[in-house]
Amino acid sequence: MEYLGLIIGAVLVNNVVLVQFLGICPFLGVSTKVGTAMGMAVAVVFVMALATTVTFLLHYNILAPLKIEFLQTLLFILVIAALVQMVELILKKVSPPLYQALGVYLPLITTNCAILGIAVLVIRKNFTLLQSVAYAVGIAVGFGFALLLFAGIRERMELYDIPEAMKGAPIALVTAGLMSLAFMGFAGMIK
Amino acid sequence: MVIVLTSISVVSALALAFTYSATKDAIAQVGVKRTLKALQQVLPEFNNDPTGEKYTVEEPEFKDMELYPARKDDQPVGTAVQTYSDNGYGGRILLMVGFDNAAKIIGISVLKQTETPGLGNKMVASTFKDQFKGKDPSVFKMTVRKDGGEVDAISAATISSRAFCDAVDRAYRALLKGGRK
Amino acid sequence: MNLFKELYRGLIKENPTLVLLLGMCPTLAVSNEAINGIGMGIAATFVLVCSNVVISLLKNVTPDKVRIPIFIVVVACFVTIVDLTMNAYTPELHATLGIFIPLIVVNCIILGRAEAFASKNGVFASMVDGIVMGLGFTCGLTVLGCIRELLGNGSIYGHKLVAANASTILVFILPPGAFIALGYLIAVVNKSIKKKTS
Repeated sequence: MEYLGLIIGAVLVNNVVLVQFLGICPFLGVSTKVGTAMGMAVAVVFVMALATTVTFLLHYNILAPLKIEFLQTLLFILVIAALVQMVELILKKVSPPLYQALGVYLPLITTNCAILGIAVLVIRKNFTLLQSVAYAVGIAVGFGFALLLFAGIRERMELYDIPEAMKGAPIALVTAGLMSLAFMGFAGMIK
Repeated sequence: MVIVLTSISVVSALALAFTYSATKDAIAQVGVKRTLKALQQVLPEFNNDPTGEKYTVEEPEFKDMELYPARKDDQPVGTAVQTYSDNGYGGRILLMVGFDNAAKIIGISVLKQTETPGLGNKMVASTFKDQFKGKDPSVFKMTVRKDGGEVDAISAATISSRAFCDAVDRAYRALLKGGRK
Repeated sequence: MNLFKELYRGLIKENPTLVLLLGMCPTLAVSNEAINGIGMGIAATFVLVCSNVVISLLKNVTPDKVRIPIFIVVVACFVTIVDLTMNAYTPELHATLGIFIPLIVVNCIILGRAEAFASKNGVFASMVDGIVMGLGFTCGLTVLGCIRELLGNGSIYGHKLVAANASTILVFILPPGAFIALGYLIAVVNKSIKKKTS
Protein backbone atom coordinates (compact mmCIF):
# COMPACT_ATOMS: atom_id res chain seq x y z
CA MET A 1 0.00 0.00 0.00
CA GLU A 2 2.84 2.30 0.89
CA TYR A 3 4.33 1.59 -2.55
CA LEU A 4 1.11 2.68 -4.22
CA GLY A 5 1.37 5.99 -2.44
CA LEU A 6 4.99 6.26 -3.46
CA ILE A 7 4.16 5.62 -7.12
CA ILE A 8 1.14 7.92 -7.26
CA GLY A 9 3.21 10.57 -5.56
CA ALA A 10 5.93 10.14 -8.16
CA VAL A 11 3.57 10.24 -11.15
CA LEU A 12 1.28 13.07 -10.11
CA VAL A 13 2.11 14.95 -6.94
CA ASN A 14 5.82 15.32 -7.55
CA ASN A 15 5.76 14.92 -11.30
CA VAL A 16 9.35 14.84 -12.47
CA VAL A 17 8.95 17.41 -15.26
CA LEU A 18 6.17 19.68 -14.06
CA VAL A 19 7.14 19.93 -10.40
CA GLN A 20 10.73 18.75 -9.97
CA PHE A 21 12.08 20.36 -13.14
CA LEU A 22 13.96 17.31 -14.36
CA GLY A 23 13.96 16.06 -17.94
CA ILE A 24 12.88 19.37 -19.48
CA CYS A 25 15.15 19.27 -22.54
CA PRO A 26 13.83 15.99 -23.94
CA PHE A 27 10.37 17.02 -22.76
CA LEU A 28 10.44 20.06 -25.01
CA GLY A 29 12.36 18.34 -27.77
CA VAL A 30 10.51 15.07 -28.24
CA SER A 31 6.97 16.12 -27.54
CA THR A 32 5.99 17.34 -30.99
CA LYS A 33 4.51 14.02 -32.09
CA VAL A 34 2.60 11.56 -29.98
CA GLY A 35 4.23 8.55 -31.63
CA THR A 36 7.83 9.55 -30.87
CA ALA A 37 6.76 10.67 -27.40
CA MET A 38 5.41 7.20 -26.70
CA GLY A 39 8.64 5.53 -27.82
CA MET A 40 10.74 7.88 -25.72
CA ALA A 41 8.52 7.34 -22.70
CA VAL A 42 8.97 3.57 -22.86
CA ALA A 43 12.72 3.89 -23.31
CA VAL A 44 12.95 6.22 -20.33
CA VAL A 45 10.96 3.90 -18.04
CA PHE A 46 13.30 1.06 -18.90
CA VAL A 47 16.55 3.02 -18.59
CA MET A 48 15.47 4.77 -15.40
CA ALA A 49 14.47 1.56 -13.61
CA LEU A 50 17.66 -0.16 -14.70
CA ALA A 51 19.92 2.81 -13.94
CA THR A 52 18.41 3.39 -10.49
CA THR A 53 18.87 -0.26 -9.57
CA VAL A 54 22.50 -0.42 -10.71
CA THR A 55 23.52 2.91 -9.17
CA PHE A 56 21.77 2.03 -5.91
CA LEU A 57 23.69 -1.23 -5.65
CA LEU A 58 26.89 0.53 -6.67
CA HIS A 59 26.44 3.15 -3.97
CA TYR A 60 25.59 0.89 -1.07
CA ASN A 61 27.88 -2.01 -1.93
CA ILE A 62 30.96 -0.20 -3.14
CA LEU A 63 30.96 3.56 -2.61
CA ALA A 64 29.68 3.66 0.94
CA PRO A 65 31.75 0.77 2.41
CA LEU A 66 34.92 2.15 0.83
CA LYS A 67 33.97 5.68 1.87
CA ILE A 68 34.41 7.00 -1.64
CA GLU A 69 30.98 8.61 -1.92
CA PHE A 70 32.61 11.65 -3.49
CA LEU A 71 33.01 9.57 -6.66
CA GLN A 72 29.22 9.29 -6.87
CA THR A 73 28.63 11.87 -9.61
CA LEU A 74 31.45 10.50 -11.76
CA LEU A 75 30.59 6.82 -11.42
CA PHE A 76 26.82 7.29 -11.66
CA ILE A 77 26.99 9.18 -14.93
CA LEU A 78 29.43 6.64 -16.39
CA VAL A 79 27.07 3.82 -15.40
CA ILE A 80 24.17 5.62 -17.04
CA ALA A 81 26.15 6.29 -20.23
CA ALA A 82 27.15 2.63 -20.38
CA LEU A 83 23.57 1.44 -19.79
CA VAL A 84 22.22 3.67 -22.53
CA GLN A 85 24.86 2.33 -24.94
CA MET A 86 23.83 -1.18 -23.99
CA VAL A 87 20.14 -0.44 -24.49
CA GLU A 88 20.95 1.06 -27.89
CA LEU A 89 22.80 -2.08 -28.99
CA ILE A 90 20.06 -4.38 -27.73
CA LEU A 91 17.35 -2.30 -29.38
CA LYS A 92 19.25 -2.32 -32.68
CA LYS A 93 19.27 -6.13 -32.61
CA VAL A 94 15.81 -6.71 -31.18
CA SER A 95 13.72 -4.02 -32.86
CA PRO A 96 15.43 -2.09 -35.68
CA PRO A 97 12.30 -0.07 -36.57
CA LEU A 98 11.98 1.26 -33.02
CA TYR A 99 15.69 1.97 -33.01
CA GLN A 100 15.29 3.99 -36.20
CA ALA A 101 12.24 5.82 -34.91
CA LEU A 102 13.97 6.97 -31.74
CA GLY A 103 17.04 7.97 -33.71
CA VAL A 104 19.21 10.53 -32.02
CA TYR A 105 16.93 10.71 -28.96
CA LEU A 106 18.25 7.43 -27.63
CA PRO A 107 21.81 8.53 -26.83
CA LEU A 108 20.31 11.76 -25.52
CA ILE A 109 18.70 9.81 -22.69
CA THR A 110 22.16 9.89 -21.10
CA THR A 111 21.94 13.64 -20.66
CA ASN A 112 18.34 13.48 -19.46
CA CYS A 113 18.84 15.05 -16.06
CA ALA A 114 15.92 13.03 -14.76
CA ILE A 115 17.90 9.80 -14.94
CA LEU A 116 20.91 11.04 -12.99
CA GLY A 117 18.69 13.22 -10.83
CA ILE A 118 16.49 10.37 -9.64
CA ALA A 119 19.46 8.05 -9.16
CA VAL A 120 20.98 10.59 -6.76
CA LEU A 121 17.64 11.52 -5.18
CA VAL A 122 16.74 8.02 -4.00
CA ILE A 123 20.07 7.77 -2.20
CA ARG A 124 19.51 11.16 -0.54
CA LYS A 125 16.02 10.14 0.53
CA ASN A 126 17.35 6.95 2.15
CA PHE A 127 14.99 4.67 0.24
CA THR A 128 15.36 0.90 0.24
CA LEU A 129 16.14 -0.82 -3.05
CA LEU A 130 12.52 -1.75 -3.61
CA GLN A 131 11.32 1.75 -2.75
CA SER A 132 13.92 3.22 -5.11
CA VAL A 133 12.86 1.05 -8.03
CA ALA A 134 9.16 1.69 -7.36
CA TYR A 135 9.83 5.41 -7.15
CA ALA A 136 11.96 5.38 -10.33
CA VAL A 137 9.30 3.51 -12.27
CA GLY A 138 6.67 5.92 -10.96
CA ILE A 139 8.79 8.90 -11.94
CA ALA A 140 9.40 7.54 -15.43
CA VAL A 141 5.69 6.81 -15.86
CA GLY A 142 5.01 10.37 -14.74
CA PHE A 143 7.50 11.58 -17.31
CA GLY A 144 5.78 9.55 -20.03
CA PHE A 145 2.38 10.73 -18.85
CA ALA A 146 3.34 14.39 -18.95
CA LEU A 147 5.11 13.85 -22.28
CA LEU A 148 2.06 12.24 -23.91
CA LEU A 149 -0.34 14.88 -22.60
CA PHE A 150 2.00 17.55 -23.83
CA ALA A 151 2.49 15.95 -27.25
CA GLY A 152 -1.27 15.72 -27.66
CA ILE A 153 -1.64 19.42 -26.93
CA ARG A 154 1.23 20.40 -29.19
CA GLU A 155 -0.06 18.39 -32.13
CA ARG A 156 -3.25 20.40 -31.87
CA MET A 157 -1.43 23.66 -31.46
CA GLU A 158 0.12 23.18 -34.90
CA LEU A 159 -3.30 24.07 -36.31
CA TYR A 160 -3.51 27.38 -34.51
CA ASP A 161 -2.32 30.80 -35.42
CA ILE A 162 0.42 31.60 -32.93
CA PRO A 163 2.20 34.98 -32.80
CA GLU A 164 5.63 34.75 -34.41
CA ALA A 165 7.57 35.52 -31.25
CA MET A 166 5.72 32.85 -29.27
CA LYS A 167 6.23 30.05 -31.78
CA GLY A 168 8.21 27.05 -30.65
CA ALA A 169 9.72 27.15 -27.17
CA PRO A 170 7.79 30.09 -25.68
CA ILE A 171 4.32 28.71 -26.30
CA ALA A 172 5.53 25.25 -25.32
CA LEU A 173 6.80 26.58 -22.00
CA VAL A 174 3.64 28.53 -21.27
CA THR A 175 1.64 25.38 -22.03
CA ALA A 176 3.87 23.38 -19.70
CA GLY A 177 3.30 26.07 -17.09
CA LEU A 178 -0.45 25.71 -17.34
CA MET A 179 -0.11 21.94 -17.12
CA SER A 180 2.09 22.41 -14.06
CA LEU A 181 -0.60 24.63 -12.56
CA ALA A 182 -3.16 21.88 -13.18
CA PHE A 183 -0.88 19.30 -11.57
CA MET A 184 -0.68 21.47 -8.47
CA GLY A 185 -4.18 20.27 -7.84
CA PHE A 186 -2.73 16.91 -6.91
CA ALA A 187 -0.73 18.41 -4.08
CA GLY A 188 -1.66 17.18 -0.63
CA MET A 189 -3.17 14.03 -2.10
CA ILE A 190 -0.52 11.85 -0.52
CA LYS A 191 0.15 12.67 3.10
CA MET B 1 41.91 3.88 -26.72
CA VAL B 2 41.38 2.02 -23.50
CA ILE B 3 44.66 3.38 -22.17
CA VAL B 4 43.59 6.98 -22.74
CA LEU B 5 40.21 6.46 -21.10
CA THR B 6 41.73 4.64 -18.15
CA SER B 7 44.49 7.14 -17.55
CA ILE B 8 42.10 10.08 -17.71
CA SER B 9 39.78 8.29 -15.28
CA VAL B 10 42.64 7.55 -12.92
CA VAL B 11 43.86 11.14 -12.99
CA SER B 12 40.32 12.37 -12.35
CA ALA B 13 39.81 9.97 -9.47
CA LEU B 14 43.08 11.11 -7.92
CA ALA B 15 42.15 14.77 -8.34
CA LEU B 16 38.85 14.09 -6.63
CA ALA B 17 40.43 12.13 -3.81
CA PHE B 18 42.72 15.09 -3.23
CA THR B 19 39.85 17.60 -3.24
CA TYR B 20 37.86 15.36 -0.95
CA SER B 21 40.57 15.13 1.66
CA ALA B 22 41.15 18.87 1.43
CA THR B 23 37.50 19.68 2.06
CA LYS B 24 36.55 16.81 4.37
CA ASP B 25 37.10 18.66 7.62
CA ALA B 26 35.42 21.85 6.48
CA ILE B 27 32.39 19.86 5.40
CA ALA B 28 32.16 18.08 8.73
CA GLN B 29 32.39 21.45 10.47
CA VAL B 30 29.41 22.76 8.52
CA GLY B 31 27.02 20.41 10.28
CA VAL B 32 28.57 21.08 13.65
CA LYS B 33 28.40 24.86 13.19
CA ARG B 34 24.79 24.69 12.07
CA THR B 35 23.82 22.73 15.18
CA LEU B 36 25.77 25.05 17.45
CA LYS B 37 24.15 28.12 15.95
CA ALA B 38 20.70 26.63 16.47
CA LEU B 39 21.55 25.71 20.07
CA GLN B 40 22.71 29.23 20.77
CA GLN B 41 19.50 30.61 19.35
CA VAL B 42 17.14 28.49 21.44
CA LEU B 43 18.98 28.10 24.74
CA PRO B 44 20.12 30.54 27.40
CA GLU B 45 23.85 31.08 27.79
CA PHE B 46 25.75 27.88 28.34
CA ASN B 47 29.37 26.88 28.57
CA ASN B 48 29.35 23.11 28.34
CA ASP B 49 29.42 21.11 25.13
CA PRO B 50 25.81 20.09 24.48
CA THR B 51 26.77 18.24 21.28
CA GLY B 52 29.29 16.12 23.14
CA GLU B 53 26.69 15.29 25.78
CA LYS B 54 23.79 14.69 23.43
CA TYR B 55 21.56 11.71 24.10
CA THR B 56 18.61 9.96 22.55
CA VAL B 57 15.42 8.44 23.89
CA GLU B 58 15.01 4.74 23.31
CA GLU B 59 11.35 4.64 22.27
CA PRO B 60 10.63 4.09 18.53
CA GLU B 61 8.36 7.15 18.59
CA PHE B 62 11.35 9.35 19.36
CA LYS B 63 13.86 7.72 17.06
CA ASP B 64 15.95 10.19 15.05
CA MET B 65 15.51 12.80 17.76
CA GLU B 66 18.49 14.16 19.67
CA LEU B 67 18.53 15.91 23.02
CA TYR B 68 21.23 18.42 23.93
CA PRO B 69 21.63 19.29 27.63
CA ALA B 70 23.01 22.74 28.29
CA ARG B 71 24.82 23.86 31.41
CA LYS B 72 26.42 27.04 32.61
CA ASP B 73 29.16 26.59 35.21
CA ASP B 74 27.86 23.07 35.71
CA GLN B 75 24.31 24.20 36.52
CA PRO B 76 21.70 22.93 34.06
CA VAL B 77 20.08 25.79 32.18
CA GLY B 78 17.94 23.88 29.76
CA THR B 79 17.75 21.22 27.08
CA ALA B 80 17.35 21.55 23.33
CA VAL B 81 15.62 18.84 21.39
CA GLN B 82 16.27 18.27 17.71
CA THR B 83 12.89 17.13 16.51
CA TYR B 84 11.20 16.47 13.20
CA SER B 85 7.89 15.85 11.54
CA ASP B 86 7.31 13.87 8.36
CA ASN B 87 3.89 15.45 7.93
CA GLY B 88 5.22 18.53 6.22
CA TYR B 89 3.76 19.47 2.88
CA GLY B 90 7.11 18.95 1.17
CA GLY B 91 8.59 16.23 3.36
CA ARG B 92 10.40 16.14 6.64
CA ILE B 93 10.89 19.33 8.61
CA LEU B 94 13.66 19.54 11.19
CA LEU B 95 13.40 21.81 14.23
CA MET B 96 15.53 22.60 17.27
CA VAL B 97 13.33 23.37 20.27
CA GLY B 98 14.88 24.87 23.37
CA PHE B 99 13.29 24.10 26.75
CA ASP B 100 14.21 25.65 30.09
CA ASN B 101 14.57 23.70 33.32
CA ALA B 102 10.81 23.79 33.85
CA ALA B 103 10.21 22.34 30.36
CA LYS B 104 8.81 25.63 29.08
CA ILE B 105 9.71 26.56 25.51
CA ILE B 106 12.45 29.16 25.21
CA GLY B 107 12.62 29.31 21.45
CA ILE B 108 12.52 27.33 18.25
CA SER B 109 14.91 27.26 15.31
CA VAL B 110 14.02 25.75 11.96
CA LEU B 111 16.92 23.57 10.82
CA LYS B 112 15.51 22.25 7.61
CA GLN B 113 12.28 22.54 5.70
CA THR B 114 11.18 22.25 2.10
CA GLU B 115 7.70 23.73 2.43
CA THR B 116 6.05 25.86 -0.23
CA PRO B 117 7.81 29.18 -0.66
CA GLY B 118 5.63 32.07 0.43
CA LEU B 119 3.29 29.80 2.36
CA GLY B 120 4.60 26.98 4.53
CA ASN B 121 8.14 28.25 4.51
CA LYS B 122 6.93 31.25 6.50
CA MET B 123 7.44 29.01 9.51
CA VAL B 124 10.99 30.27 9.47
CA ALA B 125 9.83 33.86 10.06
CA SER B 126 9.39 35.14 13.61
CA THR B 127 5.73 35.98 13.31
CA PHE B 128 4.77 32.32 13.40
CA LYS B 129 7.61 30.86 15.46
CA ASP B 130 7.60 33.47 18.24
CA GLN B 131 4.14 32.59 19.46
CA PHE B 132 5.66 29.47 21.04
CA LYS B 133 8.12 31.41 23.19
CA GLY B 134 7.51 30.98 26.89
CA LYS B 135 4.69 28.53 26.40
CA ASP B 136 4.33 25.63 28.79
CA PRO B 137 3.38 22.56 26.75
CA SER B 138 1.80 20.90 29.77
CA VAL B 139 -1.00 23.48 29.66
CA PHE B 140 -0.68 25.01 26.17
CA LYS B 141 -2.71 23.14 23.57
CA MET B 142 -0.09 22.37 20.94
CA THR B 143 -2.38 22.14 17.91
CA VAL B 144 -3.77 24.68 15.44
CA ARG B 145 -6.96 26.50 16.30
CA LYS B 146 -8.75 24.59 13.55
CA ASP B 147 -8.06 21.39 15.50
CA GLY B 148 -9.15 22.87 18.83
CA GLY B 149 -5.72 24.06 19.88
CA GLU B 150 -4.22 27.40 20.72
CA VAL B 151 -1.72 27.80 17.90
CA ASP B 152 -2.32 30.46 15.23
CA ALA B 153 -1.55 28.66 11.98
CA ILE B 154 0.14 30.32 9.01
CA SER B 155 -2.66 31.49 6.73
CA ALA B 156 -3.24 29.08 3.84
CA ALA B 157 -0.55 26.76 5.23
CA THR B 158 -2.44 24.57 7.67
CA ILE B 159 -0.55 21.39 6.80
CA SER B 160 2.85 22.99 7.42
CA SER B 161 1.58 24.53 10.65
CA ARG B 162 0.23 21.19 11.83
CA ALA B 163 3.53 19.48 11.07
CA PHE B 164 5.34 22.17 13.06
CA CYS B 165 3.06 21.63 16.07
CA ASP B 166 3.50 17.87 15.76
CA ALA B 167 7.27 18.24 15.87
CA VAL B 168 7.18 20.56 18.91
CA ASP B 169 4.73 18.34 20.75
CA ARG B 170 6.88 15.26 20.22
CA ALA B 171 9.97 17.18 21.30
CA TYR B 172 8.24 17.98 24.60
CA ARG B 173 7.21 14.37 25.12
CA ALA B 174 10.69 13.12 24.27
CA LEU B 175 12.11 15.55 26.82
CA LEU B 176 9.79 14.26 29.54
CA LYS B 177 10.43 10.65 28.59
CA GLY B 178 14.17 11.13 28.53
CA GLY B 179 13.94 11.86 32.19
CA ARG B 180 16.96 14.10 32.30
CA LYS B 181 16.00 17.73 32.90
CA MET C 1 40.00 37.10 -31.66
CA ASN C 2 37.70 39.96 -30.93
CA LEU C 3 36.77 39.67 -27.27
CA PHE C 4 33.83 42.05 -27.54
CA LYS C 5 32.42 40.04 -30.39
CA GLU C 6 32.78 36.90 -28.29
CA LEU C 7 31.04 38.55 -25.37
CA TYR C 8 28.18 39.64 -27.59
CA ARG C 9 27.91 36.12 -28.93
CA GLY C 10 27.73 34.46 -25.54
CA LEU C 11 25.51 37.01 -23.85
CA ILE C 12 23.09 37.81 -26.61
CA LYS C 13 23.35 36.29 -30.03
CA GLU C 14 23.92 32.72 -28.88
CA ASN C 15 22.78 32.98 -25.28
CA PRO C 16 22.65 29.35 -24.19
CA THR C 17 19.51 29.71 -22.10
CA LEU C 18 17.40 32.17 -24.03
CA VAL C 19 18.45 31.51 -27.62
CA LEU C 20 20.00 28.05 -27.84
CA LEU C 21 17.55 26.72 -25.24
CA LEU C 22 20.10 24.55 -23.48
CA GLY C 23 20.30 23.89 -19.75
CA MET C 24 16.59 24.34 -19.15
CA CYS C 25 16.33 22.18 -16.03
CA PRO C 26 18.60 24.22 -13.76
CA THR C 27 17.28 27.45 -15.31
CA LEU C 28 13.75 26.70 -14.23
CA ALA C 29 14.66 25.13 -10.93
CA VAL C 30 17.04 27.65 -9.41
CA SER C 31 15.53 30.86 -10.73
CA ASN C 32 13.02 31.23 -7.89
CA GLU C 33 15.40 33.67 -6.25
CA ALA C 34 17.89 35.90 -8.01
CA ILE C 35 20.73 34.93 -5.69
CA ASN C 36 20.35 31.23 -6.51
CA GLY C 37 20.61 32.10 -10.19
CA ILE C 38 23.97 33.77 -9.69
CA GLY C 39 25.23 30.95 -7.50
CA MET C 40 24.38 28.29 -10.05
CA GLY C 41 25.68 30.46 -12.87
CA ILE C 42 29.07 30.86 -11.26
CA ALA C 43 29.34 27.15 -10.43
CA ALA C 44 28.39 26.12 -13.96
CA THR C 45 30.71 28.69 -15.53
CA PHE C 46 33.61 27.39 -13.47
CA VAL C 47 32.93 23.83 -14.65
CA LEU C 48 32.42 24.99 -18.22
CA VAL C 49 35.68 26.94 -18.40
CA CYS C 50 37.76 24.23 -16.73
CA SER C 51 36.34 21.39 -18.78
CA ASN C 52 36.64 23.38 -22.01
CA VAL C 53 40.31 24.02 -21.27
CA VAL C 54 41.12 20.43 -20.34
CA ILE C 55 39.20 18.96 -23.25
CA SER C 56 40.94 21.33 -25.61
CA LEU C 57 44.31 20.31 -24.14
CA LEU C 58 43.43 16.65 -24.63
CA LYS C 59 41.93 17.01 -28.07
CA ASN C 60 44.89 15.54 -29.87
CA VAL C 61 45.11 12.43 -27.73
CA THR C 62 41.37 11.75 -27.52
CA PRO C 63 40.35 8.90 -29.81
CA ASP C 64 37.10 9.73 -31.54
CA LYS C 65 35.28 6.60 -30.44
CA VAL C 66 35.60 7.24 -26.73
CA ARG C 67 35.39 11.01 -26.82
CA ILE C 68 31.98 11.24 -25.17
CA PRO C 69 32.95 9.11 -22.14
CA ILE C 70 36.15 11.14 -21.83
CA PHE C 71 34.21 14.42 -21.91
CA ILE C 72 31.88 13.02 -19.28
CA VAL C 73 34.75 12.00 -16.99
CA VAL C 74 36.39 15.42 -17.28
CA VAL C 75 33.15 17.32 -16.66
CA ALA C 76 32.12 15.04 -13.81
CA CYS C 77 35.49 15.57 -12.19
CA PHE C 78 35.11 19.35 -12.14
CA VAL C 79 31.49 19.13 -11.05
CA THR C 80 32.53 17.03 -8.05
CA ILE C 81 35.27 19.53 -7.20
CA VAL C 82 32.69 22.33 -7.25
CA ASP C 83 30.26 20.22 -5.21
CA LEU C 84 32.80 19.47 -2.47
CA THR C 85 34.08 23.04 -2.39
CA MET C 86 30.62 24.56 -2.13
CA ASN C 87 29.65 22.09 0.57
CA ALA C 88 32.66 23.17 2.59
CA TYR C 89 32.68 26.93 2.03
CA THR C 90 29.21 28.02 0.91
CA PRO C 91 26.94 25.56 2.75
CA GLU C 92 23.69 27.54 2.50
CA LEU C 93 23.96 27.94 -1.26
CA HIS C 94 24.98 24.29 -1.51
CA ALA C 95 21.86 23.26 0.41
CA THR C 96 19.59 25.50 -1.67
CA LEU C 97 20.91 24.37 -5.05
CA GLY C 98 20.76 20.80 -3.76
CA ILE C 99 20.54 18.14 -6.38
CA PHE C 100 21.16 20.57 -9.23
CA ILE C 101 24.85 20.81 -8.39
CA PRO C 102 25.71 17.24 -9.42
CA LEU C 103 23.26 17.71 -12.30
CA ILE C 104 25.63 20.29 -13.78
CA VAL C 105 27.35 17.26 -15.30
CA VAL C 106 24.40 16.66 -17.63
CA ASN C 107 23.85 20.30 -18.36
CA CYS C 108 23.61 20.26 -22.16
CA ILE C 109 25.52 23.54 -22.35
CA ILE C 110 28.71 22.00 -21.01
CA LEU C 111 28.74 18.81 -23.03
CA GLY C 112 27.45 20.79 -26.00
CA ARG C 113 30.34 23.24 -25.92
CA ALA C 114 32.85 20.44 -25.37
CA GLU C 115 31.63 18.66 -28.47
CA ALA C 116 31.02 21.69 -30.65
CA PHE C 117 33.95 23.86 -29.71
CA ALA C 118 36.55 22.75 -27.19
CA SER C 119 37.36 19.49 -28.95
CA LYS C 120 38.11 21.40 -32.13
CA ASN C 121 39.76 24.59 -31.00
CA GLY C 122 42.78 25.91 -29.15
CA VAL C 123 43.04 26.30 -25.40
CA PHE C 124 42.70 30.08 -25.22
CA ALA C 125 39.73 30.15 -27.59
CA SER C 126 38.08 27.36 -25.61
CA MET C 127 38.63 29.23 -22.37
CA VAL C 128 37.06 32.38 -23.79
CA ASP C 129 34.18 30.38 -25.20
CA GLY C 130 33.61 28.85 -21.78
CA ILE C 131 33.64 32.25 -20.10
CA VAL C 132 31.23 33.96 -22.48
CA MET C 133 28.85 31.03 -22.65
CA GLY C 134 28.93 30.77 -18.88
CA LEU C 135 28.24 34.47 -18.61
CA GLY C 136 25.32 34.10 -20.99
CA PHE C 137 23.91 31.27 -18.87
CA THR C 138 24.40 33.24 -15.66
CA CYS C 139 22.70 36.26 -17.22
CA GLY C 140 19.76 34.21 -18.37
CA LEU C 141 19.42 32.72 -14.89
CA THR C 142 19.75 36.08 -13.18
CA VAL C 143 17.25 37.88 -15.39
CA LEU C 144 14.71 35.10 -14.94
CA GLY C 145 15.51 34.96 -11.24
CA CYS C 146 14.97 38.68 -10.79
CA ILE C 147 11.66 38.58 -12.66
CA ARG C 148 10.36 35.64 -10.67
CA GLU C 149 11.53 36.96 -7.33
CA LEU C 150 10.17 40.44 -8.00
CA LEU C 151 6.76 39.29 -9.16
CA GLY C 152 6.47 36.38 -6.77
CA ASN C 153 7.94 37.83 -3.61
CA GLY C 154 8.27 41.55 -4.16
CA SER C 155 11.98 41.43 -3.50
CA ILE C 156 15.30 41.45 -5.34
CA TYR C 157 18.24 39.55 -3.92
CA GLY C 158 16.36 39.32 -0.66
CA HIS C 159 15.67 43.04 -0.35
CA LYS C 160 11.94 43.51 -0.10
CA LEU C 161 10.66 46.29 -2.30
CA VAL C 162 7.04 46.13 -1.21
CA ALA C 163 5.31 46.22 2.17
CA ALA C 164 5.70 43.13 4.32
CA ASN C 165 2.17 41.90 3.88
CA ALA C 166 1.62 43.18 0.36
CA SER C 167 0.09 40.65 -1.94
CA THR C 168 2.46 39.28 -4.56
CA ILE C 169 1.90 36.93 -7.48
CA LEU C 170 2.94 33.82 -5.61
CA VAL C 171 2.71 31.52 -8.61
CA PHE C 172 5.92 32.98 -9.97
CA ILE C 173 8.08 31.36 -7.34
CA LEU C 174 6.29 28.07 -7.83
CA PRO C 175 6.86 25.63 -10.72
CA PRO C 176 4.08 26.88 -13.04
CA GLY C 177 5.42 30.41 -12.80
CA ALA C 178 8.88 29.24 -13.78
CA PHE C 179 7.63 27.81 -17.07
CA ILE C 180 5.40 30.76 -17.83
CA ALA C 181 7.99 33.40 -16.98
CA LEU C 182 10.68 31.68 -19.04
CA GLY C 183 8.29 31.23 -21.95
CA TYR C 184 7.45 34.91 -22.08
CA LEU C 185 11.06 35.91 -21.52
CA ILE C 186 12.16 33.87 -24.54
CA ALA C 187 9.30 35.34 -26.56
CA VAL C 188 10.53 38.84 -25.72
CA VAL C 189 14.07 37.86 -26.71
CA ASN C 190 12.80 36.35 -29.97
CA LYS C 191 10.91 39.52 -30.74
CA SER C 192 13.96 41.70 -30.07
CA ILE C 193 16.15 39.55 -32.29
CA LYS C 194 13.57 39.75 -35.04
CA LYS C 195 13.51 43.53 -34.72
CA LYS C 196 17.31 43.71 -34.94
CA THR C 197 17.61 41.56 -38.05
CA SER C 198 14.71 43.13 -39.98
